[in-house]
Amino acid sequence: MPAGRKGRHRGSLMALLYLSPWLAGFTVFFAYPLIATVYFSFQRYDLFTLEPVGFLNYRYFWQDEAAWTSIRNTLWLVVVMVPLRVLFGLGVAQLVTKLKAGVGFFRTIFYLPSLVPLVAGTLGFVFLLNPGTGPVPTILSALGIPSPDWFGDPSWSKPGLTLLSLWSVGDLMVIFLAALLDVPKQLYEAAALDGAGPWQQFFHVTLPVIRPVLMFATVTGVIQTLQYFTQAMVAARVASGSTDSAGSVFTPGYPDQSTLTFPEWLFQEGFRDFAMGYACVLALILFAVSMVFTLFLLRQFRGLAEEEA
Amino acid sequence: MTVTLTPSPTARKAGPRRRRDHRRRATLQWIATHALAIALAIMFLGPLVFIGLTAVMTDHQALTSQLWPSRWEWSNFADIFVKAPLLTWIVNTLMYSILATVFMLVSSIPVAYALARFRFPGRKLAFLLVITTMMLPPQVVAVPIYLIWARFHLTGTLWPLILPMLLGDAFSIFLLRQFLVTIPREYSDAARVDGCGEFRTLMRVILPMARPAIAAVALFQFFYCWNDYYGPLLYAGTDTSHWTLSLGLASFRAVHRVQWNLTMAATLLAMAPVIVVFFFAQKAFIEGVKLTGVK
Repeated sequence: MPAGRKGRHRGSLMALLYLSPWLAGFTVFFAYPLIATVYFSFQRYDLFTLEPVGFLNYRYFWQDEAAWTSIRNTLWLVVVMVPLRVLFGLGVAQLVTKLKAGVGFFRTIFYLPSLVPLVAGTLGFVFLLNPGTGPVPTILSALGIPSPDWFGDPSWSKPGLTLLSLWSVGDLMVIFLAALLDVPKQLYEAAALDGAGPWQQFFHVTLPVIRPVLMFATVTGVIQTLQYFTQAMVAARVASGSTDSAGSVFTPGYPDQSTLTFPEWLFQEGFRDFAMGYACVLALILFAVSMVFTLFLLRQFRGLAEEEA
Repeated sequence: MTVTLTPSPTARKAGPRRRRDHRRRATLQWIATHALAIALAIMFLGPLVFIGLTAVMTDHQALTSQLWPSRWEWSNFADIFVKAPLLTWIVNTLMYSILATVFMLVSSIPVAYALARFRFPGRKLAFLLVITTMMLPPQVVAVPIYLIWARFHLTGTLWPLILPMLLGDAFSIFLLRQFLVTIPREYSDAARVDGCGEFRTLMRVILPMARPAIAAVALFQFFYCWNDYYGPLLYAGTDTSHWTLSLGLASFRAVHRVQWNLTMAATLLAMAPVIVVFFFAQKAFIEGVKLTGVK
């Protein structure tokens, strides 16, 4: 059918035309830089001189203690913060489904903090938890509960960041709420007929239906947490009282490298110490780890790509 | 718990006493869930309230642990503009946010449309690559991209964050595509029968129908830029006249040697536009967030 083939050919050209901005963007801002990152990882590069050093940067990684500290911190956030966020988001969403009065009001309030700019929210939390002036230690001590020095204490700084992440759980809540409301009512009725209590209904009806949404949220949560940067950077900066302006040096991770995340260390090495070759090694490690989780997501999406309206 | 509250057939058959028990349990449950919701709402709003209260305290009081302002120092909001180049930061942030959003829309809508509607070889691969670039951390390719902008002498400005938006944004493309596939094909077919070309169909038929999704991605993009800290930190350099609000805010307390009250006043200022716009465009936000949570 020559006419059909011709039509398809024209369709491809048309597609190419519409896709061209993204194709250019993908090439310039993704494909090329990814290859260049591999290339630079074998160089010593400080913006001025480029010198091939073989596997030196890779070997250096094994003895770079700050890098390993940052990996441990990032892992802590992935293991503690991500599940807590998912559980809390699900709990809040579940609560909203049970409300009879003021649903819109509560949903708005629970969602609102997730819109607060990261820097502003972090500043707010450092202040809220700040010993001496912050309302939280004040209220806690009025109740006779000792309050830790949150962002000034290495063992409490990550829990402090976790509190901040729970406060802004609204985006997850909205996604879970939509999923919960999609669960067919008849399933619950059938389960109730069979004598299932609320918990049994949750585990045998709700959970199986919303499991894909939970999985998706968890995996994207992990990928986002691998990029965790702004909150850690700002909290450390504000709590330590130091600046990053010209003249003074700010090293992320305050207190005592307890908030130093992997992307922060990459940033520090590449754009503050200008060890750009080594930063590329760190970038490739980040790429490899994120890719594992992304591939998982892609498997979920493969079906989606095929769907045709 | 819509389910347990509706009397099950067995309860209906049982005597009036069972029914009264059931009613009472339902009332208790109503009280418990709503009490919990109110407690949570207080916890969610608390930080905002305390930020607001501290923002209007006097310098002296902000150093104490008092919770309620003894005198309402509204002049703090004027002071912060004197203490730091806030106005410049706001203008820079607006320029970044508006240009990036406009550029993103112009470049991403056609891409999303092609991915949702056209049949061509590699369509699936293209979509999966969009998701991959959306997911992968921006830090992965940061070094070579920084070097590109350094070569064009654009480091030290916000242009490295604005110009790439002309070449599409993966997250927006993904979101728009997810919405566009839900528009029945019959609409564009009908337009074609009426003699519309692909482009006219997109502009006249599809875009008006996709308005909620376009509003959502535009809002997301705008506020992503408004909130962005990593990008400006990487590119804006040390000259504070090129800084954005987020960047300035993060260094505000230390650089300008100000108290918590002024810091919180500036914090409130950075939050205000987001919160105000949210109340006007709540539906667009919520619909957009739902689009991200694909099943």
